[in-house]
Amino acid sequence: MIRVIDIHKSFGKLEVLKGINCRIAPREVVCVIGPSGSGKSTLLRCINQLEAVNSGQIFIDEQEITSRHTDINKIRQQVGMVFQLFNLFPHRTTLENITLAPMKIKGIPKDEAEDIANELLRKVGLTDKSSVYPNQLSGGQKQRVAIARALAMQPKVMLFDEPTSALDPEMVGEVLEVMKDLAYEGMTMAVVTHEMGFAREVGHRVLFMDEGIIMEEGTPAQIFDNPHNVRTQSFLSKVL
Amino acid sequence: MSPVPLIFGSNIIDSFLAINGLQVVIKNLPYLLEGAVLTLQITTLSVLFGMILGLFGGLFKLAKNPILYAISTAYIDFFRGTPLYVQILLLYFGILPLLLDATPFVAAVIVCSLNCGAYTAEIVRAGIQAVEKGQMEAARSLGMTNRQAMSYVILPQAYKIVIPPLINEFIAVLKDTSLVAVISAEELTLRGKLLYSAYFEAAWIWGAVALVYFIMTKTLSLLGDYVERRMATE
Ligand SMILES: Nc1ncnc2c1ncn2[C@@H]1O[C@H](COP(=O)(O)OP(=O)(O)O)[C@@H](O)[C@H]1O
Ligand SMILES: [Mg+2]
Repeated sequence: MIRVIDIHKSFGKLEVLKGINCRIAPREVVCVIGPSGSGKSTLLRCINQLEAVNSGQIFIDEQEITSRHTDINKIRQQVGMVFQLFNLFPHRTTLENITLAPMKIKGIPKDEAEDIANELLRKVGLTDKSSVYPNQLSGGQKQRVAIARALAMQPKVMLFDEPTSALDPEMVGEVLEVMKDLAYEGMTMAVVTHEMGFAREVGHRVLFMDEGIIMEEGTPAQIFDNPHNVRTQSFLSKVL
Repeated sequence: MSPVPLIFGSNIIDSFLAINGLQVVIKNLPYLLEGAVLTLQITTLSVLFGMILGLFGGLFKLAKNPILYAISTAYIDFFRGTPLYVQILLLYFGILPLLLDATPFVAAVIVCSLNCGAYTAEIVRAGIQAVEKGQMEAARSLGMTNRQAMSYVILPQAYKIVIPPLINEFIAVLKDTSLVAVISAEELTLRGKLLYSAYFEAAWIWGAVALVYFIMTKTLSLLGDYVERRMATE
């Protein structure tokens, strides 16, 4: 579904991604772990072209998104993204946050878009919040709305960039629960996370990134119980 | 015998009304107010066109397209970097005659619009940049084009940020229109000048002109306060 081939990315002189190769199969949940500053966010942002790569290729469903000739807006409709800081639209209600993109981009009629949105709100457990503005939601609620907003475009892949890192501990669970449901429904997902419990339970594969390269990858059991790389070992000993 | 204070009082009013300067002002008040109407017309039109110019100026200033960026930068820098007085002279005497047969009123509106547009462009640019970066990214990640993200996500948030500085800019434009007196657009200041040369009552005439300006700017700023308060409770 996603193929990343030898991508490099620098910000000025700082090389953040130093040749990343990875694949994500349909219905696969890949968790990306690693220390802060190792390039995890940058990798996700390259996958939906919020950042342009310096070299290398990224394919989504055999379409090269790093090519100049690709209509990136079309691609992004198929790749949902959930941000650490939610980035809900503060001037729109919960329902409008979810219906905006389907209506404006796909031209879906309002009542139809609202039906979809209400269904998604039910799925993330926020039916009663549909007419509320984001500033009246808790962090966990915001993130669940953000997930619903991304799902409203019916993406083939969902990218999560530390979706629970900005949340109070008691709200982490409700967001992970929604993500877990999504994974069990067969959504293809790439999740950057520090929630090792989630990675172990839900992830099919875990990538350990450090200093702009994927140092080690394997099944959760392999990575967590029997890491080969010293870096992985020392990282895990700090976080587990 | 009538009570003393009454006689005393009416004497004061009488002698006050007998002041020559005041009589000049009262007699010519309609003339001055007509000038104020012209001032308001120039201001309103300039602000209207200035907002349109400013919106595009501000958007182009943030555009990746180097040509749009260069055009808007040159425009903004020139009109913010030179005195309005000089701009009026340059355009009215130097440039507009080559293009069209502009009356002083039309010329005044053109120059004030261009000037207001440059300042508004900077306000718009700053307003857009004050919207969190994550908003644009969220919009784009959903598949919106840059234009869709601007119109549905960024500008609706930026407009709240730009309203207070925009109101200040409108007040500045209103005051700055006094400079178009130099090309004989018969607005408030020029009428003050003409009255002065006929009656030489400097304190009274210019005092009246200043008062009329003040009433207009104060009304605008009270209106601005009201709009801001409305927005805050929204
Ligand atoms: N837009 C940017 N401009 C400059 N440097 C950046 C930018 N984005 C990220 N970086 C730098 O790239 C490195 C990797 O960042 P990031 O991908 O966010 O790491 P992670 O998500 O693993 O913490 C960091 O050193 C960060 O400071
Ligand atoms: Mg990060």
